[in-house]
Amino acid sequence: MNNEYRPYTLIAELTYRCPLHCLYCSNPSDLAEHGNEIDADTWIQVFREAEELGVVQLNLTGGEPLLRDDLELLIEGARKFDLYTNLITSGIPLTSERLSRLRALGLDSVQISIQSTRRSVSDRLAGMPSFSRKLDVMRWATSLGLPLTLNIVLHRENISEIEEVIALAERVSADRLELANTQYLGWALKNRDALLPARQQIEQARTVAAEANARLRGQMEVLFVTPDYYTDRPKSCMEGWGRRFIVVNPEGLALPCHLAHTIPGLQFEHVTQRRLSDIWRHSTGFNKFRGEAWLSDPCRTCERRALDFGGCRCQAFHLMGDAGMPDPACSLAPGHHVIESARTHAGRTVGIPVLFEHRAGRGHSSR
Amino acid sequence: MIFVTIRPRLSPKVRLRFDRRTGHYLLLYPETGLELNGTATAIARLCTGEWTIDEMVDHLTRSYVDASPGEIRRAVREFLGVLADRGLLQGVT
Ligand code: SF4
Repeated sequence: MNNEYRPYTLIAELTYRCPLHCLYCSNPSDLAEHGNEIDADTWIQVFREAEELGVVQLNLTGGEPLLRDDLELLIEGARKFDLYTNLITSGIPLTSERLSRLRALGLDSVQISIQSTRRSVSDRLAGMPSFSRKLDVMRWATSLGLPLTLNIVLHRENISEIEEVIALAERVSADRLELANTQYLGWALKNRDALLPARQQIEQARTVAAEANARLRGQMEVLFVTPDYYTDRPKSCMEGWGRRFIVVNPEGLALPCHLAHTIPGLQFEHVTQRRLSDIWRHSTGFNKFRGEAWLSDPCRTCERRALDFGGCRCQAFHLMGDAGMPDPACSLAPGHHVIESARTHAGRTVGIPVLFEHRAGRGHSSR
Repeated sequence: MIFVTIRPRLSPKVRLRFDRRTGHYLLLYPETGLELNGTATAIARLCTGEWTIDEMVDHLTRSYVDASPGEIRRAVREFLGVLADRGLLQGVT
């Protein structure tokens, strides 16, 4: 297989367990037991095979990866294959000693997510007091010389805090700030009316982010991705299906994206049952939306198909009921009215306070 | 002009890594990386904090006989600009 289908990044979801109970988490809570998690030896074998396939970046994520007692072993293992290892974490639970141990073993960078810059809001959204500890972890990371990414998922309730988020990122000397948008799938799709910002909010935020990015050039990268509900063209989801990313979930299922197995009828395989290189090259799930034969109209003849690959397969499935259809985020797609009506609704409800329902039973701590 | 006295050094957050699939070097940093051509690799290797820009250009002019010092100087400036914009460089004076 040529470089058209070469994975650069392995996203290793080490566990579903998480001590927090965040509102817009896509983590399937019903699977949060640790009996099914693949062990360190299996992970290290996955790292080896991924590196042979071309992977150079490793994202250790979860759930909360810090809940793995063998995280040390995994980071040490990844270092042997010269992978650039990013720890994607809430920062809970961590001590400065453990972080410096992880650094010494080969951890290359840390990404910490926050929900809000306001302590009380952050603690409420996370379901527990956690904000001060996150700030500590950011300080430990930068004092160890670890590149720090600060990540916040934006939605209607916190998007107006964007200037405070930028100020916080500057204060903790972050190298990157990811102003991410909620992905409206699963739980967030059900709560879309409460979460989707209005166009005007998006535009203000984009302007502020662009100014900060210019002002901080060379010091901090400020990334703002406009949600696809407002772009009229879809994102090239995962840079194309089975093209640049491999996700391996806590049970060892290898996937083109972390939600791919929510699409019915696709077959995915476990790293314990087949070599990763065979899965990557030959499994029907990975091959399903590669190439162009599967594209439907209007993508089939659209000049953007090599750029966006028809958008997100999960969004097509969850909004249109058919993963092979064009992503309805595209204004040329037959299902675009679904997006338009969500947008109209968001425009109408600006300024009206919305209530989140707290999901019961989210996350389990093993401690 | 500040550039002249600075001795650029790659930031500790980057890792230069040979890519055996393409035969090129990759400059990796959080979540992403740059694929370097031969010239960029040679320049990156000189970003150790020991070489001034002029010394880099001199050195590269000797190893790239088919490029003029002017071309090399431009390539060095351009590539260091790319690195600096991404915060991948530390200047050591
Ligand atoms: S029609 Fe298809 S390929 Fe063209 S922009 Fe829309 S989603 Fe992309």
